[in-house]
Amino acid sequence: MDWLQIGHIEDIPRQGSRVVQTSKGEVALFRSVDDQVFALNNKCPHKSGPLSQGIVHGKRVTCPLHSWVIDLESGNAVAPNEGCAHRHEVRIAHGVIFLEVEAEACKV
Amino acid sequence: MKTNKKTRLVVIGNGMAGIRTIEELLKMSPDEFEITVFGAEPQPNYNRILLSPVLSGEMNFADTVLNDWSWYQEHNITLHAGKLVTKIDRKHCVVYAEDDLAVPYDRLLIATGSNPIMLPIPGINRPGVLAYRSIDDVEKMLVAARDKTTPSKRAVVIGGGLLGLEAANGLSLQGMEVSVVHLLGWPMERQLDEVGGGLLKNALEKRGLKFYMSRQTEAILGEDKVTGLRFKDGEEIPADLVVMAAGIRPNIALAKLANIHCDRGIVVNDTMQTYDPKIYSVGECVQHRGQCYGLVAPLFEQAKVAANHLAEYGRMRYEGSSVSTKLKVTGIDLFSAGDFSMKPGDEELLLQDSARGVYKKLVLRDNKLRGAVMYGDTLDGPWYFQMMRDGTDVSEMREHILFGQMHIGDAGRGGALNVAAMADSAEICGCNGVTKGTIVKTILDKKLFTLEEVRAHTKASSSCGSCTGLCEAILANTLGDYSAKPSKKALCACTEHAHQDVQEAITKLKLKTIPELMQALNWKTADGCHVCRPALNYYMMAAWPGVYRDDSRSRFINERVHANIQKDGTYSVIPRIWGGVTSPAELRAIAEIAERHEVRTVHITGGQRIGLYGITKENLPKMWGELVEAGFVSGHAYGKALRTVKTCVGSEWCRFGTQDSTGMGIKVEKMTWGSWTPHKFKIAVSGCPRNCAEATIKDFGVVCVDSGYEIHVGGNGGIKVRVTDFLCKVATEEEVLEYCGAYMQLYREGAHYMERTAPWIERVGLAHVKQHVVEDAASRTALYARFLESQKYSQDDPWKERAEGKDAHEYESLATIA
Repeated sequence: MDWLQIGHIEDIPRQGSRVVQTSKGEVALFRSVDDQVFALNNKCPHKSGPLSQGIVHGKRVTCPLHSWVIDLESGNAVAPNEGCAHRHEVRIAHGVIFLEVEAEACKV
Repeated sequence: MKTNKKTRLVVIGNGMAGIRTIEELLKMSPDEFEITVFGAEPQPNYNRILLSPVLSGEMNFADTVLNDWSWYQEHNITLHAGKLVTKIDRKHCVVYAEDDLAVPYDRLLIATGSNPIMLPIPGINRPGVLAYRSIDDVEKMLVAARDKTTPSKRAVVIGGGLLGLEAANGLSLQGMEVSVVHLLGWPMERQLDEVGGGLLKNALEKRGLKFYMSRQTEAILGEDKVTGLRFKDGEEIPADLVVMAAGIRPNIALAKLANIHCDRGIVVNDTMQTYDPKIYSVGECVQHRGQCYGLVAPLFEQAKVAANHLAEYGRMRYEGSSVSTKLKVTGIDLFSAGDFSMKPGDEELLLQDSARGVYKKLVLRDNKLRGAVMYGDTLDGPWYFQMMRDGTDVSEMREHILFGQMHIGDAGRGGALNVAAMADSAEICGCNGVTKGTIVKTILDKKLFTLEEVRAHTKASSSCGSCTGLCEAILANTLGDYSAKPSKKALCACTEHAHQDVQEAITKLKLKTIPELMQALNWKTADGCHVCRPALNYYMMAAWPGVYRDDSRSRFINERVHANIQKDGTYSVIPRIWGGVTSPAELRAIAEIAERHEVRTVHITGGQRIGLYGITKENLPKMWGELVEAGFVSGHAYGKALRTVKTCVGSEWCRFGTQDSTGMGIKVEKMTWGSWTPHKFKIAVSGCPRNCAEATIKDFGVVCVDSGYEIHVGGNGGIKVRVTDFLCKVATEEEVLEYCGAYMQLYREGAHYMERTAPWIERVGLAHVKQHVVEDAASRTALYARFLESQKYSQDDPWKERAEGKDAHEYESLATIA
């Protein structure tokens, strides 16, 4: 595991997202309306749209390009669409966000 | 897992209404109920609508099963299939059934459907007389049709209504010689007038059916088996099989036995509750506000409402349905909706083309559609039906209305008129490349019933929407006669409320934030979804200018960051060029900025602007800063907002120009820029009727003439090309500004979010716009004043603000990890 401190929860707007640049590409961090934080690769499984730019609702984000809906907890596309935007582990301690840079494999 | 804490729900009826209610209930409260279902038939829940295709051999029974046995197991539902319920004990809340079954309930749902009417004719109980109601009936018919022992197989169908004709057609396709006996002068008299009925009869006769019209059956002949029929006039015809299709009657025997209040059906209120508060009822057995329904769409609406109350949300009301009908006989196109019998004061519009086999009749009252009968070309059926339910004033389109929506300007369907005749390989959705075959297969495989489901599963009609009518027609065609839609479309899956309900609630209940509104209107989700949030944000902004704080989290990305996202995640930057008039200095500034930022593409837009493409998000504020420095403001090319005002050079240069169209255009743009609208809004001003600025395909178009200014509205040059409607002519520039502001405000307040002016005008009718903007001067003045008031708060340049640091987090990464 490779935990990296990347910022504070208040840096991400509620129902919003911020991007972390890594050597393996962009990771999008999302903050839900109830202040949970999730991390996914910033690429929609459909046509690689930047998920960080989508509208966050519940524990979901809607891709800005073609409105695919991605579940933030699993990283999977919501049915009937199929696909996965790899998720990352996130931990929060006293508001400070730690990110596992390595993405998880898809679970179907 | 069943615990005693769960509510015990017993459902009598394993048909479409009962099971749909359970499905809706499981969506809302998956763990609250212990459910027991009684079904009279030994099969699992199947789609009764598809009996006709099974009879005609186009499908088999397995294709019609909606929920197989495993579904009941998965949801812990106890199913007693093939067990008749004998009694409801309301005092002790117990349902009794065959085999000494006794099941106690906390809530009971009666969904017993209907029974076929068996006319009291001598001989009705002879072997060889069948109803047409269940899969069992169909199987018996198929056995009779395929029976090799009888040499000539003759079937007689009593009843020339929808069901009778479908049965007759199916039997005929199975190789039987079929006659139809009908009491009245033409078939389907409840759905068709005499002419339409006559056309249908001719078409069916050509396919080999024989008709005995205006005949009454006196007796069914035969000893131990049916041999024929005798009519009242004495004539006898031979028959080996008789099918009774004289109609259906609500099945209320059980309810009556339990002394639940019944009339023709089980009487329910708007919550689908019977006179016994523990007992609900849905489907064909129900009588609601005096109406009994025999179609699937109303029954689905009822299921939703009943489930809502069973789950104790206690919010929804069923207010009745308007229904449309389509005959499910392959190759015959027929559509009927509303009431088309002529009453005093009604007007009739007719189109009859015998050679093409097309007949259309529309019935109008007070300039609104009341009924429609169509034969041969039914593609516009859903459109007429929509206008019927919207109560659209059609006075301005009555010259063209019979020729269909395509004639009014909907060019987005590739000229197709008849989906039934289309090849499976025909492309329906050009955006997503979906063919007719794929849509039909998905509807059948996934058991879809609604347009929304078709969109979700096939992607057809989910992008630009121009094929929506075609998709609805395919859906209607595939499912058959059940093309009715819910009378009100919910805004999105988070709510039952339609756009209009939400707009009204905002002003009526003085709701001033999105969370307030979601709470007041019982939103099903905590914070909505990508469909409703932008709509609510817009409605709030339109209702409370200067008070409501724009919620950037409820903005689509383009409006949130004030630039247009491209396929690779970069953005475009399009500065405003007032009226399309620029200068060498401005061009030089744009050129230098484009060069400095290594812009990959510079493009002249259709709205007379210059677009710079391929800008990364981090770079946007810097670039905007430089543009602002050079005197530019945002062009709002990314927003549901005033886009551009396109002009020609007008009287300043053109030898034909009648007025200063550029000057007029710039004044209009200075007044309207920055305004948010339900959808994008485009304006043009042409200096003479040659109309070089293409003002007649804009949302608001001005065509200058020698004596003043013609105002045109509701045009569209996009998906559906629609030429504007002429609104009025005014004499002065000041009037143009006033009418423009008033018209935009009427649109801003009245249209649904994401509804362009063209469909909005078609929905509310041009007469509505004329009345508020032209005829009623006080209304115009008030609208104009509200527009100007709202503009006070919307003309701060968003680019300037962001160049100065506003919303910086939108443009910067949170962190960079090496």
